[in-house]
Amino acid sequence: MINVIGAGLSGISAAITIAKCGKKCNLFSVQPSERAQSVLAEGGINAALDNMGEGDTVEEHFLDTMKGGVFLEDEQTIKDFTAAAPDIVMKLKALGVPFHLNGDKIAQRNFGGQKKKRTAFSKSSTGKVIMTALIDEARKYEDKGFIARFPHHEVIDLSISGGAFCGVTVRDIYTGRTAEFFGATILCVGGMNGIFPEVTTGTTQNNGNVQSIAFSKGVEFSDLEFIQYHPTTIAVADKRMLVSEAARGEGGRLFTVKNGKPWYFMEEKYPVLKNLMPRDVVSRECYLAIHDGQTDGKVYLDLTGLPEEVKRDKLSDLFEEITAYKSIDPSVTPVPVEPGIHYFMGGISVDKGHRTNVKGLYAAGECASIYHGANRLGGNSMLGAIYGGTVAAKTAVDENYECAATDNGSHELPFGYAERADGSPSFNKKLRDILFDGLGIIRDEKGLISSLEKVEKLISETKNETEMARATLGKAMILSAIERKESRGAHYRADFPEQSEEYKAKSTAVFSGGEIVIKFKKA
Amino acid sequence: MAIFIEILRTKNSDKQYFETFLYEPFGDGDTIATALKKLNEREELKDVDGKAAEKIEWECSCLQKKCGSCAMVINGRPRLACDAKISEFKGKVRVEPLKKFPVVCDLTVDRSILFANLKEMKSWVPDEKEAIINGKEIQYESSRCLQCGCCLEICPNFYSGGKFFGMAAGALTSRLISELPKGERDEIAKAYKKHFYAGCGKSLACKDVCPAGIDTEKLLVNSNAVAIWKRKSK
Ligand SMILES: Cc1cc2nc3c(=O)[nH]c(=O)nc-3n(C[C@H](O)[C@H](O)[C@H](O)COP(=O)(O)OP(=O)(O)OC[C@H]3O[C@@H](n4cnc5c(N)ncnc54)[C@H](O)[C@@H]3O)c2cc1C
Ligand code: SF4
Ligand code: SF4
Ligand code: FES
Repeated sequence: MINVIGAGLSGISAAITIAKCGKKCNLFSVQPSERAQSVLAEGGINAALDNMGEGDTVEEHFLDTMKGGVFLEDEQTIKDFTAAAPDIVMKLKALGVPFHLNGDKIAQRNFGGQKKKRTAFSKSSTGKVIMTALIDEARKYEDKGFIARFPHHEVIDLSISGGAFCGVTVRDIYTGRTAEFFGATILCVGGMNGIFPEVTTGTTQNNGNVQSIAFSKGVEFSDLEFIQYHPTTIAVADKRMLVSEAARGEGGRLFTVKNGKPWYFMEEKYPVLKNLMPRDVVSRECYLAIHDGQTDGKVYLDLTGLPEEVKRDKLSDLFEEITAYKSIDPSVTPVPVEPGIHYFMGGISVDKGHRTNVKGLYAAGECASIYHGANRLGGNSMLGAIYGGTVAAKTAVDENYECAATDNGSHELPFGYAERADGSPSFNKKLRDILFDGLGIIRDEKGLISSLEKVEKLISETKNETEMARATLGKAMILSAIERKESRGAHYRADFPEQSEEYKAKSTAVFSGGEIVIKFKKA
Repeated sequence: MAIFIEILRTKNSDKQYFETFLYEPFGDGDTIATALKKLNEREELKDVDGKAAEKIEWECSCLQKKCGSCAMVINGRPRLACDAKISEFKGKVRVEPLKKFPVVCDLTVDRSILFANLKEMKSWVPDEKEAIINGKEIQYESSRCLQCGCCLEICPNFYSGGKFFGMAAGALTSRLISELPKGERDEIAKAYKKHFYAGCGKSLACKDVCPAGIDTEKLLVNSNAVAIWKRKSK
């Protein structure tokens, strides 16, 4: 029995793969798959299908991914990843995902950091419609007895001993009862957006606690300094709402008002890719435009000139959403936008087979750090979640890991009652503000050291284990950013503005003997 | 403007009871979800009379009406809390759990029946190798269903555990009914007839209430044409 923790794109892909191999798994999630962050994914999924007559190739997808990620990932890993994409998208089609079609072929749109139309989509609801099809597919294997769903069950602890994985402690949120499940485990718990409550585009479900616990128990993390700010988000109550990159892929233009006139800064500065430069570049430029001094201090996304067919057909859902939440009709008025935290390139360190440094523990999806380097290309993370979940599952099935602590890895403790000491909202917000200050779009030593001191103080003041673990993971993010004394992708240091060959390596962070150790590992 | 929020609760009690809180919105965009979140974040939660109150149990996830998590009954109508702006309500609003599902605690209900019903209907592609017909508006609409349960709450014919599975199942399975090739869709069509068609009174209360704005009528008409009258799918 394999335990899969998280039922978004990566978790559900892992569960389906395990089932197809004829093995059984438990699928745990805080809420059912229908409510996972993956359903929010908007703009699309990348694959070099070359359906738009531009002569796109897997090789170019590979190169764009390496370039977008600023050459941190292992080449062969990215070759395999991009080569798998067309088959993944065609399989989704065979499961009935209603991709937008061009004739009888899947249509593809432009996305950031990629010259050719490579992103398959369904309006601006691609994640939702893919999840619907995969949930149906998982249901088939649930019916056959291969997948056991635990859809209101939160993992509250991990048990690791001597570098080997034992099991997870799970709490049934509806009853409060807890139980342990032993054996090989795949973590698919999504991004660390919960470390930054209310200021990301993600969900409240991904609270970052599993990652915090894993880190404090010695699981190696990597590239924690790379946090993706999406250039076009809007503040709504309790979160940042994403305006998909598809809006620019379909022709949206960014501008600010300088000396009373619109200034299309992306088009002026980057004449080739223009508004579709990789996200790290666009976000930085938006930040600079906002702080330019001669502008009105705002950035706008102009969608007014989009063809009627795009407004009506390809982006109707996005237009409706903006109108509903901001009372702005984007077809007549440019939308004020700002960069906001959107994705974590860093996370649990995994090898090509998605193994962590702990035997029997695997990780996939946004919680794992692989494929995206210093900056993720839009459309590559749904792909990474599906591909990663599949690879992790195959490795776990092949290795057939058995936990030393129990007889066959499926032993269950009798249910008991336990109240988990959750982090308090006020602590979580304090931590967020400290990290947010240090880990902004533009960073420097002074700001980072100041955040470091504040995090250390915060850690010394709490006795709550969850809070301590969260702050320790936050501290590792800061330390990783301090140690990378260069600028690369999403990590921009005002005091080290150049890219340096010396740091062409993934940073790793391990908590060991009460200390956080940061190292750099060449691909 | 401050507002009284009257919440139907169960915490620490065998019976449901109302507890009222005073809430001062932070901004125009505040929703019932914002209010519930902010009330729970108070260092000491007190009701309107200053009596100490327990944290309010409820579910949310996306906070932008895309996940269906926060469905509840607001002033008598099933809605998503993250889509119910405080500014809509004058002075007072009543918030209750969905009534067609067992209450877990306060506003959290157990909607497992939604998924059990879909399993019963065999809502899946039987053989992924067979040619699927893609890209139709019906499939897109159907795929957007949040499984929130608002349509079941309003439906005069649905009750949990009954043979009629309601629009949550009807909407979701209309994707498969419209896209599976003939021969592949027999089972799902049969299940549709038994668990949806036979029980649906076509009042379309579900259409008005669906927070995803799904045109349930369009889905129902198409599924009836294909599954019952053996006509071609739109
Ligand atoms: C608004 C938005 C738009 C996006 N658009 C795109 C796009 O167009 N293209 C693209 O490629 N990517 C996009 N992304 C990114 C992409 O959607 C995600 O990276 C991807 O879906 C992550 O999938 P996942 O399986 O890793 O995790 P998630 O879908 O986040 O799922 C995490 C799962 O873990 C579970 N979990 C968390 N904690 C626990 C716990 N303690 N115990 C048990 N379970 C737990 C949750 O319940 C959930 O089921 C977008 C993201 C956002 C937020
Ligand atoms: S049309 Fe009426 S009876 Fe049929 S599902 Fe909708 S609300 Fe229920
Ligand atoms: S049809 Fe609409 S109301 Fe019913 S479950 Fe789906 S999204 Fe919710
Ligand atoms: S929280 Fe997702 S719909 Fe309200």
